[in-house]
Amino acid sequence: MEMVYEWFRTLYQETGINLPFLYDEYDRNRMIDGLFTTIKLSLVCLFFSIIIGVIGAWLQGSSFKWTRRFVSVYIQLFRNTPPLVQLYFFYFAIGTLLPRVENDWGGQSPIFGSFAWAAISLSFFAGAFNVEIFRSGIEAVPKSTVEAAEALGFSKLQIYRDITLPLAFRVVLPALNNNLVNLVKTTTLAYAIAVPEMLYEANQIWSDNVNVTEMMVFLLLAYFVLVGILVSGMNRWERAMKIPGYG
Amino acid sequence: MSWTTADPMVSLKDVHKSFGELKVLNGVSLDVMKGDVICIIGPSGSGKSTLIRCINALNDIQQGSILVEGQEVNDPKVDKLELRKKVGMVFQQYNLFPHKTALQNVMMAPVRVLKQDKVKVEEVARALIKKVRLEGKENAYPGELSGGQQQRVAIARSLAMQPDVILFDEVTAALDPETVGEVLQTIKDLAEDGMTCILVTHEMAFAREVADHIYFTDRGVIVEHGPPETFFQNAQDPRTKEFLSQIL
Ligand SMILES: Nc1ncnc2c1ncn2[C@@H]1O[C@H](COP(=O)(O)OP(=O)(O)OP(=O)(O)O)[C@@H](O)[C@H]1O
Ligand SMILES: [Mg+2]
Repeated sequence: MEMVYEWFRTLYQETGINLPFLYDEYDRNRMIDGLFTTIKLSLVCLFFSIIIGVIGAWLQGSSFKWTRRFVSVYIQLFRNTPPLVQLYFFYFAIGTLLPRVENDWGGQSPIFGSFAWAAISLSFFAGAFNVEIFRSGIEAVPKSTVEAAEALGFSKLQIYRDITLPLAFRVVLPALNNNLVNLVKTTTLAYAIAVPEMLYEANQIWSDNVNVTEMMVFLLLAYFVLVGILVSGMNRWERAMKIPGYG
Repeated sequence: MSWTTADPMVSLKDVHKSFGELKVLNGVSLDVMKGDVICIIGPSGSGKSTLIRCINALNDIQQGSILVEGQEVNDPKVDKLELRKKVGMVFQQYNLFPHKTALQNVMMAPVRVLKQDKVKVEEVARALIKKVRLEGKENAYPGELSGGQQQRVAIARSLAMQPDVILFDEVTAALDPETVGEVLQTIKDLAEDGMTCILVTHEMAFAREVADHIYFTDRGVIVEHGPPETFFQNAQDPRTKEFLSQIL
């Protein structure tokens, strides 16, 4: 490893291409923290946005008019407003309204930090799209298949969990794939409320080293690889979920 | 007053059903005793599917009474789970769960709905698959089976719930002529085992052979009914005669 680090130090000295996070330990740790924060934020949001999608699509099939309305207002609200504005709304509007709690040093601090707000905000953002995606998949499940389950005594919830959702899931995987890719890219917005994710840390590094060009190239490649891994994972999943002789 | 096998297992009295303005059933009454096999025949759109779908509450009715083992089905408080444990159903389009293997299709309802032990259910399910002559197809998905094979899985799936009566809605109508026989044979086996069956069918030869009683419906009423011999030989009503002359 040391050799690699040294090589990048020499590269900087010889050519002026400055990648301090590869040879400088302090910057390296910053970048690694940023990378892990981005991955963590992405995974948390992926998870909760799918949960929101699954529950929202279930509620949209409710027989209560107000439940359905509530879900569609949620979808409209989060689909038709910029995610950055949503993030600010959660962090500055809702965040400041919530009561504060005592922290370890005896001071007052908010219940949720910037990471938590970014996770909440982005989960709701991507979740709104996921509800619609799942809904479209559910509508593609033949009514007769659901009826067969009803005739066997399945409850509504059992039908949703065991029949409708697994079938809908397979139909919507490509659309879900798209939305989740978007979600990972959108995590960069968390920069705006100082979540120490990759973009934020890169910004810290270029402020200290004045190497904006190098950092931008690196960021672009880093996200390219990160999203590439997600996409190939999703594609693999799509293949694994394929039912022999179906669709 | 509790139900005994001396009473009809399924009893319809003056059942009326409409979809909005469209009246589909206009006062249907019929009784099915335990172990009976009855066939319902009639022209397309006469309400045959609607009639049997009312028996397991897939359709609700506006007027009349449907008793299944003495339990009123036309009651908003009816326990649909209890009802559907007693009444199995097989559909024209099989309606198997496409993401589950044949074995899983058969096992699913006993495991999920009846919360039975998985190991025991699997044993029963394998025996049922054997019974419908599909040994070796346990791990095939519905998409990998022929129509006739899928329909037999559907019958096994229904049997796994150990129903007291099974409804069959034109279960051979979507099949190739070659595979119709295998499904009819499976139903015949069931009938011989004493299963109570209510069949909607266009297979007249089959109806004549297995049915204890035949009902002819037209425009939401039962026009004529009787045991197969008398029904096919001495049809009285002109509508029955016309239908039989077209189909035979
Ligand atoms: N869910 C529904 N909503 C509205 N009308 C319906 C519905 N289901 C059936 N119908 C109508 O009820 C009438 C009877 O339909 P049903 O399916 O019971 O006929 P059928 O005797 O089974 O005919 P086939 O032999 O073609 O299967 C038809 O006119 C049909 O269009
Ligand atoms: Mg029909």
